[in-house]
Amino acid sequence: MKISFTINNNKVTLDVDPSMRLLDVIRNELHLTGTKEGCGEGECGACTVLVKGEPVNSCLTPIINVADRDVMTIEGLRETKEYRIIADAFADRGGSQCGFCTPGMILVTYALLKKNPHPSEEEIRFALSGNLCRCTGYQAIIDAVKVASEKGIKL
Amino acid sequence: MKKFDTSVTKVDNEEKMAGLAIFTGDIRMDNAYFAINVRSEKAHAKLKGIEVPKLPKNYYFISAKDIVKENVVNIIASDWPVFADKKVNYIGETIGLIIGPDKEKCIDLSKQVKGIYEDLEPVFDMRNSYVHKEFTKGDVSLFKDAAKVFSEEFTTGYQEQIYLEPQAMLMYLENDQIVVKASMQCPFYIHKAICRTLGVTEDKVRVIQPAVGGAFGGKEHYPSLMAAQLATAIVKIKKPIKMFFDRREDITYTTKRHPSKTEISAYMDKKDNIIGVKIHVGIDGGAYIGCSMVVLSRALIAATNTYTFPNVAISGDAYCTNKVPSAAFRGFGSPQSIFAMELFINHLADYLKVDRMALRMKYLVKTNDVTSTSGIFRDPIILEPLIEKAMEMSDYKRKVKLYSKPGSLRGIGLSMFLHGCGFTGSGESDLIKAKLRIKKDKNGIVTFYTSQVDFGQGNRTTLKRIVVDTLGIPEDHVIYGAPDTNETLSTGPTAASRTIIIVGGLAAKAAQHLKAIWKDGEEQEIVEPYVGPSYIKWDEATMQGDAYPGYAWGVNVVEVSVNPITYEATVEGCWSTYDVGHAIDERILLGQADGGLAQALGWAYLEKEVAEDGMFKQKALADYAIPTSMDLPPMETEIIDNPFKYGAFGAKGAGELTFVGGAPAFALALEQAIKHKVHNIPATPEYIMELMNHED
Repeated sequence: MKISFTINNNKVTLDVDPSMRLLDVIRNELHLTGTKEGCGEGECGACTVLVKGEPVNSCLTPIINVADRDVMTIEGLRETKEYRIIADAFADRGGSQCGFCTPGMILVTYALLKKNPHPSEEEIRFALSGNLCRCTGYQAIIDAVKVASEKGIKL
Repeated sequence: MKKFDTSVTKVDNEEKMAGLAIFTGDIRMDNAYFAINVRSEKAHAKLKGIEVPKLPKNYYFISAKDIVKENVVNIIASDWPVFADKKVNYIGETIGLIIGPDKEKCIDLSKQVKGIYEDLEPVFDMRNSYVHKEFTKGDVSLFKDAAKVFSEEFTTGYQEQIYLEPQAMLMYLENDQIVVKASMQCPFYIHKAICRTLGVTEDKVRVIQPAVGGAFGGKEHYPSLMAAQLATAIVKIKKPIKMFFDRREDITYTTKRHPSKTEISAYMDKKDNIIGVKIHVGIDGGAYIGCSMVVLSRALIAATNTYTFPNVAISGDAYCTNKVPSAAFRGFGSPQSIFAMELFINHLADYLKVDRMALRMKYLVKTNDVTSTSGIFRDPIILEPLIEKAMEMSDYKRKVKLYSKPGSLRGIGLSMFLHGCGFTGSGESDLIKAKLRIKKDKNGIVTFYTSQVDFGQGNRTTLKRIVVDTLGIPEDHVIYGAPDTNETLSTGPTAASRTIIIVGGLAAKAAQHLKAIWKDGEEQEIVEPYVGPSYIKWDEATMQGDAYPGYAWGVNVVEVSVNPITYEATVEGCWSTYDVGHAIDERILLGQADGGLAQALGWAYLEKEVAEDGMFKQKALADYAIPTSMDLPPMETEIIDNPFKYGAFGAKGAGELTFVGGAPAFALALEQAIKHKVHNIPATPEYIMELMNHED
């Protein structure tokens, strides 16, 4: 089945099984490997992408669900100036250790700050709660979100 | 927020944040075949035969029959077979691999492979010891004259590493070599495992480290098993092969933290002075010993924790059970025995009707005290300032009084702990024999190599910085990449909190030597061998002497509240102080501090894994819950500088230390909140309910 959608501002049309996981399309068909698979069951958030600006687990999303929609992965976000601010904040606070959860964390941070430029600590913790990190204990990531927020980026 | 004046930008920050870092699963190799494990369904049985369906062209079944030289995985003990042969010893043991070009087809075929079994009686409890160790200090015959004896028993459960990237390995043939890229901790462990099972020389195998998404001990030994299996296959199939685990396969069948049972007795004289303690630590090693004897050693050596008792009898057993082998996990046995001792000494104070902290301070270890193995604590020990600082940060003294009131449902607990850095005893000098290669080209560009893997701890940054700062040259004049066994000499495994204290020290020494002979415009190269401090004398057979070149120290304070309706515990605050010698990069160190404590708290109250008839009941992240950002409070950490004479820039180890104290601090806080003594973790709501409804 032919399915069209926009990925990182590029329109693509693929002939794929409509039940194929968005994650597999991104990694195996489009060869965008910044999106990771940590559990395949929607528990860890390593496969987070933004669909119409909202974080979703691409491992639970059939490709048909994003037909005619905008999908953004880390490869798209990293071209933006907002990414630079968030990434610098992560570097400043030590928010990335092994790095496997990091693209997902950065996408979630972007989505959060876009909606809520000055979130409270609780709001940050809630926004990140679908993304597991086993290295940092979350503190450095939460601090990074605060730093990015303080930079006052008009997302 | 703290400013990190001493920190530099991590060298791999940008590639990781931008999604550019290439993990094993990101390596594109479209012609690679897939390997699917066919696993034993029996916990203990004779394997009488294997029925394999007729395989289509280009599909293979690889099993013990295909072993080239030795059916053994080169781990510390040589008892774990590459493929089960004639017998299976745990549910999930690999009896063979189905390998072929289409993954789904491989999975389908793997389900059609049938082992023919004859059941044997399985053992799941700790009754059959396969490793026993014991040692004493002082005169333990004095125990029989004790006026009082106080005894308790403590247990801890399994724990899964839950590195975010599951186990993954890619193997292919290139330039007459077997090449391995994998999610790993120890490239040379994999290298040796392949050489041994195939009986090939070292030059026939090349191991290259891609980005690694967390490890925590879980990728120390298990990848050696995968490598030995794939190597057996690749010499027959001669095609690139991938073996990637999904999360369920990873949780269910890879190595975990050893469950433990620790019994402690204290013997007192008529004036309630402690004559000595007797400790037995039992750990559940699973079906094969693997590295359990070393885990047991560390558990036993650490069992008296930060206390000096004049007379000590310590023994322990690793038990063989028909379950997945237990293996390395941050702390390597010491979190289990230290959990027991920290709770025990507090409970002993209650029994003796003295103040808990006063009793702990009375027996607190001091510089030049004799260790449990009759070595010497040589570091200047700064535990008292560490304790005072942690108390001040957490407002401990006020809170401990406040929460002691009946019905407070809130408590605060303080743990103190140590971690011996590096391999036990003379292991560094006698077994590992690290050698570090550093070279300089005509333009003054320096390249150095280690076999240390950065799986998140930041050592690509810190080790490089040690060399940059020692040479006093610009950062971009030093090249330090990920290990590749064709280029790198072995500086040993990335384990045992040895990276900075041992390899960092070695890198500094090599750089000093290069600096001393530096000639502009010339190519120069140095191979620097590790030489241990001369004071280290250790007898492995009797467990006597100096167990470690140095110790790192810490204090954790944890505050907990308990919901009386749901019996759920909530961590309300965490404060920590550490002596890691000198922190080379404070930001990286605090990352270890937060992450280690978070993982320890998970072990203490959230992460429950139990086996029933040899099969783990929790198989996914949905039922094996690790802490999320909602489960943890803000954490505060302070480092007290105490430079170590033999480490690079005074640094000792830090990676494991930060795990050791979380569980006892949590448990002590919990028992104050519920006014009942805690003896077991994880302290799930079911356990807390049981305690609260029980009359002490």
